[in-house]
Amino acid sequence: MPLLQAMEQACGDIQVTAIHAWFRHARGYFPGAQREKTLLAMSMRSCGQTPTDGGIHEPTEDLWVREGRILDPEKLFFDEQGYADKHVDCEGSIIAPGFIDVQINGGYGIDFSQASEDVSDGVSFVAKKILEHGVTSFCPTLVTSPPEVYHKVLPQVTVHDGGPHGAGVLGFHLEGPFISAEKKGAHPEKYLRTFKSGGLEHLMEVYGSLDDVAIVTLAPELPGSQSVVRELSQRGITVSLGHSAADLSQAEEAVQQGASFITHLFNAMLPFHHRDPGIVGLLTSDRIPAGRAVYYGMIADGIHTNPAALRIAHRAHPSGLVLVTDAITAMGLPPGRHTLGQQVIEIQGLHAYVAGTKTLSGSIATMDMCVRHFKQASGCSVQEALEAASLHPAQLLGISPKKGKLDYGSDADLVLLDEGLNVKATYISGEEVWRKGQ
Amino acid sequence: MKLIILNDYDQASEWAAKYIRNKILQFIPGPNKYFTLGLPTGSTPLGCYKKLIEYYKNGDLSFQYVKTFNMDEYVGLPRDHPESYHSFMWNNFFKHIDIKAENTHILDGNTADLEAECDSFEKKITAAGGIQLFVGGIGPDGHIAFNEPGSSLVSRTRVKTLAKDTIMANARFFDGDLSKVPTMALTVGVGTVMDAKEVMILITGAHKAFALYKAIEEGVNHMWTVSAFQQHPQTIFVCDEDATLELRVKTVKYFKGMMHVHNKLVESPPSEPKKN
Repeated sequence: MPLLQAMEQACGDIQVTAIHAWFRHARGYFPGAQREKTLLAMSMRSCGQTPTDGGIHEPTEDLWVREGRILDPEKLFFDEQGYADKHVDCEGSIIAPGFIDVQINGGYGIDFSQASEDVSDGVSFVAKKILEHGVTSFCPTLVTSPPEVYHKVLPQVTVHDGGPHGAGVLGFHLEGPFISAEKKGAHPEKYLRTFKSGGLEHLMEVYGSLDDVAIVTLAPELPGSQSVVRELSQRGITVSLGHSAADLSQAEEAVQQGASFITHLFNAMLPFHHRDPGIVGLLTSDRIPAGRAVYYGMIADGIHTNPAALRIAHRAHPSGLVLVTDAITAMGLPPGRHTLGQQVIEIQGLHAYVAGTKTLSGSIATMDMCVRHFKQASGCSVQEALEAASLHPAQLLGISPKKGKLDYGSDADLVLLDEGLNVKATYISGEEVWRKGQ
Repeated sequence: MKLIILNDYDQASEWAAKYIRNKILQFIPGPNKYFTLGLPTGSTPLGCYKKLIEYYKNGDLSFQYVKTFNMDEYVGLPRDHPESYHSFMWNNFFKHIDIKAENTHILDGNTADLEAECDSFEKKITAAGGIQLFVGGIGPDGHIAFNEPGSSLVSRTRVKTLAKDTIMANARFFDGDLSKVPTMALTVGVGTVMDAKEVMILITGAHKAFALYKAIEEGVNHMWTVSAFQQHPQTIFVCDEDATLELRVKTVKYFKGMMHVHNKLVESPPSEPKKN
């Protein structure tokens, strides 16, 4: 019969395992030949600690990576008779999942809420810089702005993976304009909005598109918010409560409709009151639907929240704490005046105020600073501090265990830290994307 | 037989590890001359494995040209179950050293044809040139590997049903739940281990004392299968004080008196003179 036909027939008779033997044979005879990507495995040696569900790993434990994901070395050994192609000496560093910042307004002179032609470049610039803080994924945040800004900015940036070019974009965080005038904080009053009849349609008119939006912060006491919360949640968008004067039952109602996050707890909301705890009461509410959790953002820069309040929240609901930077344009810049949204702000030391007032305008702390400060102020363990910056935001956005964890199969987005939780190196998909001193 | 008596578990583990190290180094293994090692599982050899890992990490020992053959594996237990012997060897030994996966051999308790797997294992041992040094432990009922009381002393690798004693001894690895312990295992035979050039049995702890007594002070008996090694030309029993509790004082004194001779076997190998 024709040769090709015979070959095709024979294929059915060849076992897959026979090919493995051929690879080993070929590797032995042609050591210089290009290895297929699937055969390349990397082991990270001498890790100090790796936080896991069961606690911190033994100091001598290795972390294995292949094709951008954490690899089960036992499977590699027994199934493929494989071994590491490359070893990386981590010199006793702590290896943690890369940090995820779900609220960051800009930095290094870039303001995401500025309607410019090159928003994409600005996001990319910040994405590259925050690798130095151990952040491997983030949600560029837009504060309350007029529709023109949303229509111009939103289409310019899409959800995309991180890499040597910078941290991955998980989607926009739209903080406003459907927020409370009473609790606007540093947001410009003239652009605040309420839901007109037709809730979601109106929201779509304002934003233009929700395609690359991960989180929307709104005030649930605004009439018509219920259906909006429900519809946004059904679309897979995380709904967050913030800049709101809602009482506890309004907040609980929103959670029932799908809300799952609180934007910078304590800031821009009613203070905790023992007869009506307001949004803060969600931390210990018994009306959260079964199987769901409420997470809350904390700006642990030592300024936005008194350490005692941070501890109260942490102790009340430790598994919901999500560290955010809420970093503004001036993060990474020297003291002085800079623009945020449609306003001017002023840097004084570690504080950032609305120019001419004492209203806090966002923070200039970096994510690794927040992790260190949180650990020191709350007295929590290294593992808890790291989870608040990685596991919890991943769980909030529903992207765990792919992100935020170092399970077998998780994306190899990693940060190497020293004992003091200072960032030594950052990896995305198993590739080193930043190293201190380079 | 050489009976090596050390003060405690740690010293016994270290002596055994040094012996293995020296055997491998003296053999001078290479790409055409692999050192074949038979290996056990369980709590007894853990200290010995830790020491061997230490010697590898210090650069004193390499497993690049070492082939290993494990004694046994449970039947029907998934390979990635934390209590499988594959998991044990990976977590306690293989992952810490430079051994190549293709040089390790552990019986597969999940194949369709268990008998064929056993036969193939025997053939692999033969193909590797036989075992240079087979390291094993002893059960409280005097068994070696899973050769339970009543096993033929000339048996080969095969499927065995586990004795009640063994299942109870293993329950501690399965949350103390007897129903979770596998009831069958693949094991090398007494005859398979007897074929090795040298056999080293590790025995520590008072609960093994009676088994040690039966193994070396009584006759060769298939109810205490370790006793078969009385008929092997090169056997070493490495134990701690507690394991000697059932032996005659005369036996213990005799072998303790020989420690100064036996300790020469574990001296650090002379370092290579530096070449100019």
